[in-house]
Amino acid sequence: MRRFALSALAALAFGLTATTPNAAEGPALPKEHWPFAGIFGTFDRGALNRGFQVYKEVCSACHSLSLIYYRHLEGIGLTAEEIRAIAAEKEVTDGPNDEGDMFKRPGRPSDRYVAPFANENASRTANNGAYPPDLSLMVKARKGGPDYLYAILTGYKDAPADVKMMDGLHYNEFFPGHQIAMPLPLSEGGVTFADGTAATVETMARDVTTFLAWTAEPEMEQRKQLGVKVVLFLIVFTGLTYAVKRKVWADLHA
Amino acid sequence: MNAPEWKNPVVRWIDFRLPIFSFVYHELGVYPAPRNLNYFWTFGSLAGIVLVIMLASGIVLAFNYTPHATMAFDSVERIMRDVNWGWLLRYIHMNGGSAFFIVVYIHMFRGLYYGSYKYPREVLWFLGVIILLLMMATAFMGYVLPWGQMSFWGATVITNLFSAFPLVGESIVTWLWGGYSVDNPTLNRFFALHYLLAFVIVGAVAVHLWALHVQKSNNPLGIDTKGPQDTVPFHPYMTVKDLFSLSVFLTVFSMFVFFAPNFFGEPDNYIPANPLVTPPHIVPEWYFLPYYAILRSIPDKLTGVLAMFGSIFVLFLLPWLDTSRVRSGSFRPTYKKFFWVFVVDCIVLGYVGANPPEGYFLILGRVATIYYFFHFIILLPLLGWFERPLPLPTSISQPVLGGRAAATARHMEKA
Repeated sequence: MRRFALSALAALAFGLTATTPNAAEGPALPKEHWPFAGIFGTFDRGALNRGFQVYKEVCSACHSLSLIYYRHLEGIGLTAEEIRAIAAEKEVTDGPNDEGDMFKRPGRPSDRYVAPFANENASRTANNGAYPPDLSLMVKARKGGPDYLYAILTGYKDAPADVKMMDGLHYNEFFPGHQIAMPLPLSEGGVTFADGTAATVETMARDVTTFLAWTAEPEMEQRKQLGVKVVLFLIVFTGLTYAVKRKVWADLHA
Repeated sequence: MNAPEWKNPVVRWIDFRLPIFSFVYHELGVYPAPRNLNYFWTFGSLAGIVLVIMLASGIVLAFNYTPHATMAFDSVERIMRDVNWGWLLRYIHMNGGSAFFIVVYIHMFRGLYYGSYKYPREVLWFLGVIILLLMMATAFMGYVLPWGQMSFWGATVITNLFSAFPLVGESIVTWLWGGYSVDNPTLNRFFALHYLLAFVIVGAVAVHLWALHVQKSNNPLGIDTKGPQDTVPFHPYMTVKDLFSLSVFLTVFSMFVFFAPNFFGEPDNYIPANPLVTPPHIVPEWYFLPYYAILRSIPDKLTGVLAMFGSIFVLFLLPWLDTSRVRSGSFRPTYKKFFWVFVVDCIVLGYVGANPPEGYFLILGRVATIYYFFHFIILLPLLGWFERPLPLPTSISQPVLGGRAAATARHMEKA
């Protein structure tokens, strides 16, 4: 029986690892250290703020962030006034009013983050036929998650001599097929951080990846902190139920 | 054993008209369980509890979910972001699906090892296989609901399987879809059926338990119980043992829900469904991978589909395919070895199913598929004839207690 149990556990463990799909494409992603990884992981507030700035000043020219409402930005530590100001920078179409006309008004915290283009066709027309994907869930929607995003943002290289590049595409070491429509997005000093952090490509890539990890899983800190409590409780509870079980069964094993 | 004379007058009044208290007392209180059950026997009650967790979380999710092709994806993300504890509900439900299959697969392999499908528990086994089929249908339709890329393309691939049937195939597929492609009508009916089938499972589980309580549990020795010295009352012995198992399960389950909620998922399902873009690899959830491997290892589509369904339906024939009269694998030295070969075969099939059917994987998948059916159709009937089982113990209490059976039996009567 004991051997059966052990073998079954081993088989299960093997099954779990073996059945996890691992279709690797392109070179292996460099493993970065992310402070939000692990069961005690939290988002670095400074990185979140800088990352939001990078998104706002660079990425948002082409990429939407449709699942984020301005009010959500409280989660990265912005105050209600700051959020109102950021929302008001954009114009939002609202209506119809009493006369039946649509009208423009400044954005409010209850609005979705305003997208750079009205729709996919407008976006493709402006971007040489390519469609910059929405970034809200990007960290969850790619194998490798934050490592993949960071690798893409820092993976631009000159194309090797033997690679024939298609018109309007750019060589990227980590993009599947290596030919990506997005031109090199980050350049040294592209943004000026208020906290004085030097805006290197690596810092900007790390920070915007951190911000997008937050947009993908804004519940992450709450989830992990609750998880630690729940698991600790359950471990104690398991110990207690085991003790009770032993006590109840003591007669039979005597 | 008769129910106690109920002291509470209200209980007595009700019980006289509807003996629900006596029923619970008989089926959960004094119900005799073999005293030698090991922890693998706790997976049955565990599966029942996971079903309850799935129903509870699923019903609340349905409060907030919108089954429409243009709104489903966003409504799930709204649950994750704006609904109070919505992320917790969804991650419980999402990981609960995987947990349900893990628990049920262990429950089934336990049945295979200890011969729980044999006389007189054949109907109990059939009901279990029916529950598995219902679970597969429910899980498949549930996976479609978030309307991500894998939802959409998984639905397309699986529903298209029916087009393999000659003459009526195409019409069946159109009928399933409610149109000429997977679209809003498909999503709507999958939501309705996902909700319905969950309760059909509840019904099937009730009948499964009924059948169990008629013939009672099998046990690791696979011999019949011969009297009170071989059994213990379900409460408190089995309830406390099941409770311990449940707490271990919940601990592991919570680690997935809180720390690795997307472990079993595919990143592609966080991309909204797009009929114009096919993902590079369409893979089903892990619990379907072995069947997917069987399907893809056969070049002819119809044969592949039949083999895939056959891999489940062969389980209905199992009580007759296994010709050995000894139930427990513990006393079947050869079967015991082949049981583990079969477990490995299933894991290999799962591994193959997760990878593209090319080169090495194609060959491995074919060998593993042939072995899967070989195990049931050729090996099991022959083993019963040629295997020489070990001598069976005369009773359950004897190997467990030696000479002290009588003393404990007396003790039991007091308890």
